[in-house]
Amino acid sequence: MAQGATAAEMEQKPAIKAQGLKLAFGGVKAVDDMAITLGRGEFLGLIGPNGAGKTTLFNMLAGTYRPQAGSILINDVEASGRDATARIGLGLGRTFQIPKPFPQMTVLENVVTGAQHQTGERLFANFLRYGKVKAEERAAIGRARELLDFVKLSHLAHEPARVLSGGQRKLLELARVLMADPSAILLDEPAAGVNPALLEFIISRVLALNAQGKSILLIEHNMDMVTRLCHRVVVMAGGRYLTEGKPAEVARNPAVVEAYLGAAA
Amino acid sequence: MIAQMLMDGLIAGSMIGLGAIGITLTYSILRFANFAHGELVSWAAYFALSVSTALGTALPGLSASLGPFSFGWSLPLGLIAAMALTGLLALFADTLLFARLRARGASTIILVMAGFGAALTLRSLLEFIFTSKPMYFTSALQIARPLFAGARATPDQLLGLGLAVALVAAVHLILTRTAAGRAMRAVSENQALAGLAGIDVAKTIRLVWLFGASLAAVAGVMAGLLVQIRPYMGHDLLLPLFAAAILGGIGSVPGAMIAGLIVGLAEAACVNFIGAEWRAAVSFFILVAILLLRPQGLFGKAGA
Repeated sequence: MAQGATAAEMEQKPAIKAQGLKLAFGGVKAVDDMAITLGRGEFLGLIGPNGAGKTTLFNMLAGTYRPQAGSILINDVEASGRDATARIGLGLGRTFQIPKPFPQMTVLENVVTGAQHQTGERLFANFLRYGKVKAEERAAIGRARELLDFVKLSHLAHEPARVLSGGQRKLLELARVLMADPSAILLDEPAAGVNPALLEFIISRVLALNAQGKSILLIEHNMDMVTRLCHRVVVMAGGRYLTEGKPAEVARNPAVVEAYLGAAA
Repeated sequence: MIAQMLMDGLIAGSMIGLGAIGITLTYSILRFANFAHGELVSWAAYFALSVSTALGTALPGLSASLGPFSFGWSLPLGLIAAMALTGLLALFADTLLFARLRARGASTIILVMAGFGAALTLRSLLEFIFTSKPMYFTSALQIARPLFAGARATPDQLLGLGLAVALVAAVHLILTRTAAGRAMRAVSENQALAGLAGIDVAKTIRLVWLFGASLAAVAGVMAGLLVQIRPYMGHDLLLPLFAAAILGGIGSVPGAMIAGLIVGLAEAACVNFIGAEWRAAVSFFILVAILLLRPQGLFGKAGA
């Protein structure tokens, strides 16, 4: 019974709730007093002109940068003091605008590196608990193969990752992130530099993940894609929260139009 | 004559190869040439000597020769203790020195200089504790047995060669087939990305030290058994170790072992055809030639 209550409670709790985030480089305020909440199962867009602080915000949420002020709750756990590796453990995954694989390792091995808490990471466990390590390793490789199927890279499983194209690297990175089974995923411009055919495929994968119940926060310049995917959009400008709303409303909002034009001028 | 030269070269080369694996791993993962690696080899020999002497004194039965070998059970037990103790010594040096410099974002040259300092300190400590007088694991004399085509080797030498080959195979399997090995390779390819992929980088670095140091321990005990134990033994091996690590391609374990054998064979050929006084120049020559002609080494990837 108690367990059921907790599960119901979890439904209410957002995947990410960040408040008062602040980070300055030298005298330049990259992000200032920013708040963002990613609901459970939500597909949220984050847009804004170049230099608005979107990627800096991602870096703070994912643990690459430490915010100078503010709090970050990931699945209701305060994460601002934890590093990127620890935040993966809290259920957060993150992709990059220009993903980098481990170039000499095979595509399959790249995905398996995303597996967390493997007994075989302890050297002696490989000898002392051989059976357990072997079973886990087999499970991890099986899971990695499923994920490669999911992103349609199975035919390249044993190639070194350096042979992949830019778009394929995005898919490989997504598979690696999924290996840790995150409940929330931050996607940084998955459409940038990807050919149209592959873009449709990436969109279909991202939608499938959201349908599986994963909460997704997306940075994207392609407004068509944002409109198709996102339930809600948050707009940033000059390192701050500007407004939010449904994609179509936001696109018509004069303040948003001005932020984009102002940045362009 | 030629067969004997090959045999001598392979035996010396397998010791060099084992030491070079540690160098190639620390180099590729920590991104600096650790000149204190030779001192891990020396310390390991003295650790094993201390433990095996203590065991032999406490339980005289343990020093009775095993079959055809010159040593008793006290030495293999001493070796196991030395692998653990040398690993701890390497972790101690990392915690005290290298980890602090890394945390401060020190440049490679600072780490290399720190390695020199650590080497000097560790070597002087050995001289202080044990004096520079050569020591031996056993006083038993071994007769080299005829093998093939006039080549001879002692049972100790053959055991060393076999152990080296087995260890290289084991290390290669650990690196390619286990999660620990995968983490080490990932950290070596891209440390920042490894952290973002959820790999515990600090733990992986500790593992690399333990790994490299315990292989250095085997090389040290082999060198002590086949030649002699001196505080400078590791220092004198340093140039051949680096020549082998770079010839094999930084980061390549089989490369380091094969290159170690090549360096050992080249030294033996030099002694045979040119003269023993030129032996030490061989590694230097190989090192310079490889850096000029193929800096990525035999098995390394360009740009890696």
